[in-house]
Amino acid sequence: MKPFSHLLDRLVLTPARNGKLQLLKDYFADTPDPDRGLALAALTGRLDIASIKPALLRNMMAERMDEVLFKLSYDYVGDLAETIALVWDNKKRTATAASSAAAPPADENQQQPSLSEVVKSLQLAGKTDAQKILAGWLDQLDAPGRYALLKLLTGGLRIGVSARLAKLALAQLGRVDVTEIEELWHGVEPPFAELFAWLVDGGDKPEQLAAAPFRPVMLANALTEPDRNKLNPELYAAEWKWDGIRIQASVEGGERRLYSRTGDDVGRAFPDLLNAMEFEGTLDGELLVARAEDDGNLNVASFGDLQQRLNRKTVSKALLSSHPVILRAYDILNDNGEDLRQLPFAQRRRRLEGFMSNLNPSRFDLSPLIEFRTWAQLADLRADPPHPAIEGVMTKLWDSPYQPGRPKGPWFKWKRDPMLIDAVLLYAQRGHGKRSSYYSDYTFGVWTDEGVLVPVGKAYFGFTDEELKQIDKFVRDNTIDRFGPVRSVTARPDFGLVLEVAFEGLNRSKRHKSGLAMRFPRISRLRWDKPPGEADTLASLEALIS
Amino acid sequence: MIPAQLLHPTSKGLYCPPGDFFIDPVASVPRALVTHGHADHARAGHGDVWATQQTLDIMAIRYGTDHCRQTHIAGLRQSMTINGVTVSFWPAGHVLGSAQILVQFDGLQILVTGDYKRGTDPTCEPYEMVPTEGRLDALITEATFALPVFRHPDPQDEIAKLLKSVAQFPDRTHLVGVYALGKAQRVIGLLRHAGYDRTIYIHGALKKLCDYYSSQGVNLGRLEPATLDKGQKDSFAGQIVLGPPSAFVDKWGRRFADPISCFASGWMQIRQRSKQRGVELPLILSDHCDWDELIDTITELKPKEVWVTHGRDDALIRWCELNQMKARPLILVGYEEESE
Repeated sequence: MKPFSHLLDRLVLTPARNGKLQLLKDYFADTPDPDRGLALAALTGRLDIASIKPALLRNMMAERMDEVLFKLSYDYVGDLAETIALVWDNKKRTATAASSAAAPPADENQQQPSLSEVVKSLQLAGKTDAQKILAGWLDQLDAPGRYALLKLLTGGLRIGVSARLAKLALAQLGRVDVTEIEELWHGVEPPFAELFAWLVDGGDKPEQLAAAPFRPVMLANALTEPDRNKLNPELYAAEWKWDGIRIQASVEGGERRLYSRTGDDVGRAFPDLLNAMEFEGTLDGELLVARAEDDGNLNVASFGDLQQRLNRKTVSKALLSSHPVILRAYDILNDNGEDLRQLPFAQRRRRLEGFMSNLNPSRFDLSPLIEFRTWAQLADLRADPPHPAIEGVMTKLWDSPYQPGRPKGPWFKWKRDPMLIDAVLLYAQRGHGKRSSYYSDYTFGVWTDEGVLVPVGKAYFGFTDEELKQIDKFVRDNTIDRFGPVRSVTARPDFGLVLEVAFEGLNRSKRHKSGLAMRFPRISRLRWDKPPGEADTLASLEALIS
Repeated sequence: MIPAQLLHPTSKGLYCPPGDFFIDPVASVPRALVTHGHADHARAGHGDVWATQQTLDIMAIRYGTDHCRQTHIAGLRQSMTINGVTVSFWPAGHVLGSAQILVQFDGLQILVTGDYKRGTDPTCEPYEMVPTEGRLDALITEATFALPVFRHPDPQDEIAKLLKSVAQFPDRTHLVGVYALGKAQRVIGLLRHAGYDRTIYIHGALKKLCDYYSSQGVNLGRLEPATLDKGQKDSFAGQIVLGPPSAFVDKWGRRFADPISCFASGWMQIRQRSKQRGVELPLILSDHCDWDELIDTITELKPKEVWVTHGRDDALIRWCELNQMKARPLILVGYEEESE
């Protein structure tokens, strides 16, 4: 348990992605089976263990400890699992603290139960004896071990590690492409011994056995101007880039799956789409909220509408009918068991058109192709798309096979230019890691009709190192108030710092004071030349809402 | 006479009317007894000061030799008389020179623990239980970490975390936030004890006190200033650098290669505290008692009354009530919670 609890403690406080990857790789390399596999299951949400309700833990503590002392402790710490982990008295303490603090024997680590011992006993336990078994483990574990166990049992480690990141660490460890792991992922089960045997110990790659497995997705590179000048437009198809979630819908032998771009099984959130998947094969497309019009066409709603459907464990009936999701198909990878990925795009497209004619038209439609002859023509179409939910165009080499990953050449995305506003810097927060001595996270605002600045967003990248130094100096020289790591800076019509902020879209949001939420905001320029009084207004921002 | 007439709080600090002296006064007074050298307990500008030799040395390092009119060396375990009141200093195990003070007068005896700890720390004299033969009228105890959530882990395990991280991230600098008196030398001592024999780099603010600890026979190994010439950014990659926490969030921290910020403090027990401070690697190392040590001491000394000073007095008073002991808070102002 000690290596696992130590890993969790480090991950939760390590902001940098590379730092997290290093910690994960070292853990997977140094920890034996089956502990490392159970840890991987816990990190990727695949650990099958009965959860324990906070109320039960509170009752357990009420029997063990004075409730006033517990309450004082809980109020101070603010987290139930952490409080219990710390106050738990394991009765092993020796008579005087002075002797207990002396160096313990070196083999104390071995006395700690392993993650797999703990997990197995709890998986086997019935509801009634689970509490007793838990108490027994809490007695044997140290405080970080107790914390890790309680977090496992109360659900949600919340340590800032996505399943994708854990798979990436595995891929780096085994020097394979992450798509290979994504492809296998739903065919292997915790504790993933065969996966580690392959990636760490030099064994054979496990066979793909699961029905309807994830097929690693093909991604596009951004189309730059030098690219365009070199490419022959006649060799490329073009279609709209829809502003939704890339999704893979797969059915095999009655097994229906919806996968995210990174191979996470997201079907549970979209039962309406799953139900409509009456086919055998695998489609690649965009998940969108869309409502049928009188003419039978599907009218796509904004990304904000789609957000209502994301990250939910359960979906209400009302939401299912007010925000129905559809799949707008881009490609077909498998047709009734026939793998089409090696066919050129032109052939796959014809197969796709045929395949789509048999599907429920209220849930599935085809992403239309765009006719164009020159890049200039396509640029004009991109600048003025026919629908607000279009965020650019895609170009695909007519004779390209479907390759996992992001190969350079066959597919390009050419996104619409970002939206720009001039906003005023209001607050700056100290960064982490490399940036811990810099004020590098910025909250910016625009003017209301009443002449007040209201925060509209936060950005922490887009600027150069040199610009970071300049902003940091401005923040330090013009601080008017401090709240922990945050400083508020001078922002008056005649004095302050104007930031040109670029972003990809704007949605209404109840969570923000301004009522607006930006997508992917970043600092595009520093406008030292511009007085804050001339920055944008909330009204001008609202006019940009799609 | 009742205990409160022998010692009671005033705006300048804990006062003894019959002896006409203060203990750890926060303002200038004619007569001061000082438990240890931390700045909020040991101040400049008093008349006569009684303290251990080491505490007086530390005060002279911090404030100059003329920090008071007259110094008096308090030998450990030796009784002295001030205006008819008997006082004696006993090792507190907090930092070099730290002492508990026993005050005896007219058949009454009160023990002022000052800041203390009972865990192992080779950089200072270990805590000693003051022999009061179960006849202690009042115990004035510190309460910095007086909540059942504070259970300090084994210090050597905490140092092992740091060393493991240094091995895992050999291209990064580990910046360890430490207070200049006590914590800095303890972290260095623990690193040496764990077999780390490379040069340890220190911020200028730590130098004088590290030199002083060395002169007192505490082996700190090779220390070098953490200064560098321009364009040498990578020279601290893979090294351990110690400095006051305030320096790391300031521009000083920018000179290091992709730093990992560490902080050695008892407060690091609480994850949210680490997070708020942007600490990536918390080292739970305290120079104060944890909850178990505080209640062990009370249990062993069996005082008639417990007076609880700065910290979280409510939990300790509740514990005393549950164990049928008389306890009350002692409101003393001017001490810093974070000073550890």
